[in-house]
Amino acid sequence: MITQILFYLFAAVLLISAATVVSARNPVHSVLFLILAFFNAAALFLIAGAEFLAMTLVIVYVGAVAVLFLFVVMMLDVDFAELRSGFQRYAPVGATVGAILFLELAAVLGGWKFAPTATSALAAPVPTHISNTEALGRLLYTDYVFLFQAAGLVLLVAMIGAIVLTLRDRRTSRHQVIRSQVDRKPADTIEVLSVGLGAGIRELGIYRPKVVEPETVDAHADGGHGHGGHGHADDAHGSGSHGHGH
Amino acid sequence: MTEVGLGPYLVVSAILLVLGVFGIFLNRKNVIVILMALELILLAVNLNLVAFSAAHNDLTGQILAMLVLTVAAAEAAIGLAIVVVYFRNRGSIQVEDVNLMKG
Repeated sequence: MITQILFYLFAAVLLISAATVVSARNPVHSVLFLILAFFNAAALFLIAGAEFLAMTLVIVYVGAVAVLFLFVVMMLDVDFAELRSGFQRYAPVGATVGAILFLELAAVLGGWKFAPTATSALAAPVPTHISNTEALGRLLYTDYVFLFQAAGLVLLVAMIGAIVLTLRDRRTSRHQVIRSQVDRKPADTIEVLSVGLGAGIRELGIYRPKVVEPETVDAHADGGHGHGGHGHADDAHGSGSHGHGH
Repeated sequence: MTEVGLGPYLVVSAILLVLGVFGIFLNRKNVIVILMALELILLAVNLNLVAFSAAHNDLTGQILAMLVLTVAAAEAAIGLAIVVVYFRNRGSIQVEDVNLMKG
């Protein structure tokens, strides 16, 4: 009895928040009500006994997808009021299509009854002595391992696609040029000096590495230090405060 | 499922699917809300799968629901990436402006 009351409570909140998602004036409110809808759907999953899926729904949707939506909605500087023009114009069409779809679904599901052989043709009956998560794991890693791998591939493609789509090369960004690093000769950077006994290296005027290639223009080319050069990472001497490397 | 039964679940998920379709029609210009309506539709599918899984006492439906969840997450990521790129290029996310290919 209490389960039924909870079911109708969660279902009502789910449907109300879903209606708010599609009709809210502010997209941020839409996203927040989407989160509420996902929470209530997770509760419905729990009532149906799908505990692992309920937790996955909360983690994946609320934790990742909804936050992604929120991020994009807040990042894009869009005039959302202008996007809502034509709201009244499309509402009758949408309502008509929705009503037709609902009537069709009602016609299909209203006359629904299981075939008599359906109960004996189960692909994976729910085990009684282990938890839902363990049963799902046993099934997923044995019978459906290829589907599992395919799902991983889908996620990989989605990740690569999202990165490729949104990554842009700024002109000001500094990249690592591996070619120039590999091409560095020892003679470009190392200078062999004969230091006199007790003279110290400061008198020779060189106690920092030579400038290899000033290909990136920066503010350190003024040579105020006398030795010039923007210190690389191997600038381990005391005057490292003059040239901070890139 | 023993207490609630299959019927209420199917009704809820049917209403949810209809709301998603209605949302696509209602927000014809806003791609982000259209993506959210798609998420609602996929949630209705998940609810259906879980309800039938519980009614049949068969775990396969939950496996399928998990795969639908994965695809929905991937779809949301790709869709939002496309929206971001489109906004960067055109400064707008109106669906009606997406006509560069004259399709």
